[in-house]
Amino acid sequence: MGRYIAKRLLSGVITIWFIATATFFGMHAVPGDPLLNDKAVTPEIRANLERAYGLDKPVPVQYLLFLKNMVQGDFGISFTQQNRRVNDIIAEHFPVSATLGVLALLFAALGGITFGALTALFRNRMPDYLIMFLVIIAVSVPSFVFAGLGQLAILRLNNLLGFSLLPVAGWGTVAHMLVPALVLGLGTMAYLTRLMRSSMLEVAETDYIRTARAKGLTPQRIFFRHQLRNAILPVVTVLGPAIAAITTGGFVVELVFAIPGLGRYFVQAVQQLDYTVIMGTTVFYGAFLVLMVIAVDIVYGFIDPRIQVTKSLS
Amino acid sequence: MLAGLFDHYLYTRGRWPHRLMHLPAHLFAKALCLTAALCLATALLLTAALPAAAITPAVDPVNNEISIASDQEPQWLTTIKATDQVSFTVLDHITEGLITRDVRNQLIGGVAERWELTDEKATFWLRKDARWSDGKPVTAHDFVFAWQQVANPQNAAEYAFLMRLFPNGEEIIAGRMPPESLGVEAIDDHTLVAHLVAPTAYFIDLVTFISFRPVREDFYRAQDGRYAADAVNMLSNGPFILTKWVHGASMRLERNPYYWNRDAIPLDAINIPYITEDPNARFNLFMDDKTAMATNLQISAMKMAMQEHQKLKSFRDGTVFYLGFNYREGRPTANLNLRRAIQSVYDAAELTYKVIGVPGNLPAYTLFPGWLKGDDGQSLHAQYPPRKPQLNVERGRQYLELAKQELGVDEMPPLTLLLSDLPQAAKQAEYFQNVMARTLGLEIRLDKQIFKQRLAKMTSGDYDIVAAGWGPDYNDAMTFADLFTSWNANNRGRYSNPEYDALITEALQITDQRRRNQIFARIQDIIFDDVVIIPQYERGYIYAQDKRIGGVRRYHIGGDPNFNYTYIIKPEADGATD
Amino acid sequence: MTSYTPTAEDFQVLDSAREGDRIDRPSLSYWQDVWRRLRGNRRALASLCIVVALLLFTLVGPLVWQVDPALQDLEQVSQPPSLGRSALVVADNVPAPALTHTAISTATADRERAVSNLRLIGTPHSEGVNLAWDPLPGVDAYQLYRHEYEPRDADDLGLPLVRLMPSDISYRDLLGLETRQYYYSIVGVYDGEEARAYTTLPVEVGQALLFSEAQYRGLVAADAVADDIVGTFIRLESHPLGTDYLGRDMLARLMWGARTSLFIGICAPLIFVIIGLAYGGLAGYSGGRLDDVMMRFADFVIALPFLLFMILFKIAFGLGPGESGIGPMLLALVLLSWPATARLVRGQVLQIREEAYIAAARMMGATAPYLVMRHILPNVMGVLLVSLTFAIPTAIFTEAFLSFIGMGVVPPTPSWGSMCNDGIRTMLSHPHELMFPALFISVTVLAFNLLGDGLRDAMDARMRSGT
Repeated sequence: MGRYIAKRLLSGVITIWFIATATFFGMHAVPGDPLLNDKAVTPEIRANLERAYGLDKPVPVQYLLFLKNMVQGDFGISFTQQNRRVNDIIAEHFPVSATLGVLALLFAALGGITFGALTALFRNRMPDYLIMFLVIIAVSVPSFVFAGLGQLAILRLNNLLGFSLLPVAGWGTVAHMLVPALVLGLGTMAYLTRLMRSSMLEVAETDYIRTARAKGLTPQRIFFRHQLRNAILPVVTVLGPAIAAITTGGFVVELVFAIPGLGRYFVQAVQQLDYTVIMGTTVFYGAFLVLMVIAVDIVYGFIDPRIQVTKSLS
Repeated sequence: MLAGLFDHYLYTRGRWPHRLMHLPAHLFAKALCLTAALCLATALLLTAALPAAAITPAVDPVNNEISIASDQEPQWLTTIKATDQVSFTVLDHITEGLITRDVRNQLIGGVAERWELTDEKATFWLRKDARWSDGKPVTAHDFVFAWQQVANPQNAAEYAFLMRLFPNGEEIIAGRMPPESLGVEAIDDHTLVAHLVAPTAYFIDLVTFISFRPVREDFYRAQDGRYAADAVNMLSNGPFILTKWVHGASMRLERNPYYWNRDAIPLDAINIPYITEDPNARFNLFMDDKTAMATNLQISAMKMAMQEHQKLKSFRDGTVFYLGFNYREGRPTANLNLRRAIQSVYDAAELTYKVIGVPGNLPAYTLFPGWLKGDDGQSLHAQYPPRKPQLNVERGRQYLELAKQELGVDEMPPLTLLLSDLPQAAKQAEYFQNVMARTLGLEIRLDKQIFKQRLAKMTSGDYDIVAAGWGPDYNDAMTFADLFTSWNANNRGRYSNPEYDALITEALQITDQRRRNQIFARIQDIIFDDVVIIPQYERGYIYAQDKRIGGVRRYHIGGDPNFNYTYIIKPEADGATD
Repeated sequence: MTSYTPTAEDFQVLDSAREGDRIDRPSLSYWQDVWRRLRGNRRALASLCIVVALLLFTLVGPLVWQVDPALQDLEQVSQPPSLGRSALVVADNVPAPALTHTAISTATADRERAVSNLRLIGTPHSEGVNLAWDPLPGVDAYQLYRHEYEPRDADDLGLPLVRLMPSDISYRDLLGLETRQYYYSIVGVYDGEEARAYTTLPVEVGQALLFSEAQYRGLVAADAVADDIVGTFIRLESHPLGTDYLGRDMLARLMWGARTSLFIGICAPLIFVIIGLAYGGLAGYSGGRLDDVMMRFADFVIALPFLLFMILFKIAFGLGPGESGIGPMLLALVLLSWPATARLVRGQVLQIREEAYIAAARMMGATAPYLVMRHILPNVMGVLLVSLTFAIPTAIFTEAFLSFIGMGVVPPTPSWGSMCNDGIRTMLSHPHELMFPALFISVTVLAFNLLGDGLRDAMDARMRSGT
């Protein structure tokens, strides 16, 4: 086991190096110039700017410097955010994205399991059809539409009530997070509902459920004790990749709800060609994803002894 | 949108979870509890780590505060390096220069009590009661130090070129002389003398600019490179102090108890609890009574505001938008008749009224916006009315034929229109493309680029026509007029006209306002006759402002809007509004 | 006594095996079986019909609905769905009324006094509303407002249209006129402050069209004389799904946008699935060291954060003038997505390679190409098809998402995503501009998702009962 983990970590490190290199050279291949601004500067000022950001050195030297600093955990200084180190930006804004993501995932998991179980319980009856219809909508409508509608819904609700039940936008309290997290988690929730439903139906046909029924257990007991518990498992296993996908996928929600998350910074940085922020964010997210995948694989091993992590999962 | 991604992801990764189907329940329950507990713990931890921000109302008469939303995080909250509009706005509340503006845009003394401008130098006598937010006096040395830092190549300030006004400025920027040699001196604590390389008629106006604000040396040095990186690393001499700055999320400005003119400042605090680029989100915040102002309303928001019977105002921000041409060798747009052809068919009024459709925007027919001053209190427009092109498709086609002959082509090659990635830019470009195809049969190719890539293409000359705008740096027609001189780096199309250059050179050396305005009128004619650019519109906005506040100032130059003199209307006044 | 004489026939050996081998029903190949199951799945069948309908809409639609998606009609901007409105033809180049008031009034200003006789000149229509009023003594300027609802008080006059010099006593309003009721209000301005007294004039604006415009669009005969036509009503083009922010027909734009969205949505997965098949197949079939190296590389690419790199690649490829941006987006999608398929295929190939029938075939002397074509490819096909149908919605969403954050296709090329992006800004006032493209995205994604579900079920069933 220890050897396996070490091996996975080593390959993780190589992967991160690959991501960093791809980003660095991709970034430098971008036509454009991060130091240009609306108002042109004189050649002298331009030279000063290049020196300040180390862009006066040849690209291979810049690459080595970047790698060296990266190993030391330093991504440099932002091109557009005054005096802020990229590390600070990540440290300050990633927790925001992560909080939103975890909350969204919590919504998605709770909602997905509940609704999925309900649909299976009321199979081919009204609640089943209704929930599956909503699921279909949630899966097919782009998240930016939901974000806009969500904000509008809060506004209308507040106007209707005559007081502010929920904030329209912003960040800082739990109330601020509820609707954005819901919007962000909606797609995943719909997906998990579908997964839960099919998993419930599959479990319902297993021998042990039939046995339980034959033993004369009450339907409630069968449902909660046997069917539900076993059916949740596949849902839990997808939470790992879901965390990563949700945390890196929150740009639109962050933008619409004025949430200071890292995703929004990334999009801004790309538009401004803020080299250091782009590279820092990408490498950070890449590392995050890699670690997530490794962690999930290892956790699987602990959850289910029948899965041998040492054997290739592909 | 993620669900599809998962399906694909999981399916292709072969981790389709059926294999975990028949796990013993007790094992599984443990795992589930563990996962849930982890999720919850993380969520709680992160929530606890967040600063607990109370939701502030738009207008709070009890605490005498208002709340507003910002469209962006300020990029450089130091007067030495600031270049963006949001930083300018915040800095205009927390710093004060030698000279400032009153509500009618007239110059009044800020830190300087009185001043004197000659052809060789400007002298400022500073008021004795001006203080920093730690109680120490603002002195002439603070200005000298700040201006030296702007020029200092180590700071790589983009506005460093302003320091070329002073002796040795150019040398310092190039790193050939130390910053201390800048030709600005503090005669004593309260007298500042700025020597000028050449007579500068608009110097007093220029000094209101952000880059000329003071910075105190001992404080600056004590921050060890983190000056103005956070609220604690800042020192104010303006009406307000930045007391809280959560990057990307919120700011709070509180009254500066040491500000010399504090009695004139009505508000106790300005909250900026929201930072979002989405104008719809800002409007929704306003409608939810969370902010006292919603700027830059889109058509949809304007309609909603009318439905809700909100008060709407309009404001022109002083920027002129135009189509610029590429004059480099070999570009078809270097041909005058081609430019004339476009001029003869392009209708700025239709663009402004029917395509943009937001009131406040004004069709533009000259590079000079309407708010620029002429002689004797008249506007430059009133004194020298801009000429409007006579729209005539037939004549346009004739010009195009001429252009083809001169260029020696049978068919005009497609022209490239370079534009930014802003949505309104795309809309206007599509309109332009359609007009050209329809009237002249001219094919326009759109080249939409993100901000920095568009600038790179403009600088290298990789375009034919560019949709561009120019905003003023100071309150003088020169801020627009020198744009197309052959030496100006912002003249990215490389327009070159000896007469134009000569006129600007003359205007730069004189201070006689009447003659200068004559020169600007001549420039206006050259721009029209030579079709240097095709002006499109003067940008305007519609904004909604809370009925309970007054005294919000809007400025063409520098930070906008300004809440320094904003006050909350007392409830007694209710009767008057109803 | 009768005796039986055996014949030669009786001594024929009975063919014992034949009877058992008889096939009573038509034999079903694997694909026929899948198709049979899929046909039984009502939802999958319905979604298959939707997919076909979408393809027809995209490919045949423009032939049926022959409207130029680029034709701008600034008289009908953001119109809700309609089947042709009637419009008054008006003459070109009618000068705006330019009433001025030269007598400089020395009368003292009376701020309580409202402007009198605010009136219309001519018929108000979408080509211009001409207003005039009597001069007010002592004003510094006039401020004109336009409201869509009846003003309640001096703070509720609507959009501030224009501020006019005291010498101007008329104005032509051209600003984004719609056919509806407006309330024009005017107030005097003294020392930069607006007076509280205001005058309001309700105006009903009708649809109009310039004569030259009508001629250009072929709504009147090319040789028609302006004097005959001006003043009459003609029928405008119908816009069954309304128009967009430049008055372009939404239906035509959606058809052309479908080309972009479906092209990216279908082509990108198709390409990367083929690449993945080749890559994964090679790795799986050859095995050993090559497999290790190839899969390690695929793992690297799979680890790249998807959306971040989509954005990065999109700008890194850059865009030339006139390019639609479809190419770079396609390329970026392919570059980032192939490893997933490669892994899937490789896993399958590894598994199939060990099957007994492969060993048998090999023993009978099957060559490698035969094995691949006859056994491996057909067996991989099933999972590949399912993965393809799931990849299509993802690609469509990715296109929509990129277009939404302004990094998608370049105007004037329409795509459903960019149309959503344009529409979301006017969500409140003109919901149809968002609704229709969003609907198309949703229906497409839904159809492919359900089809994928159906396919998977159909194939899974075979797998469960078969090998």
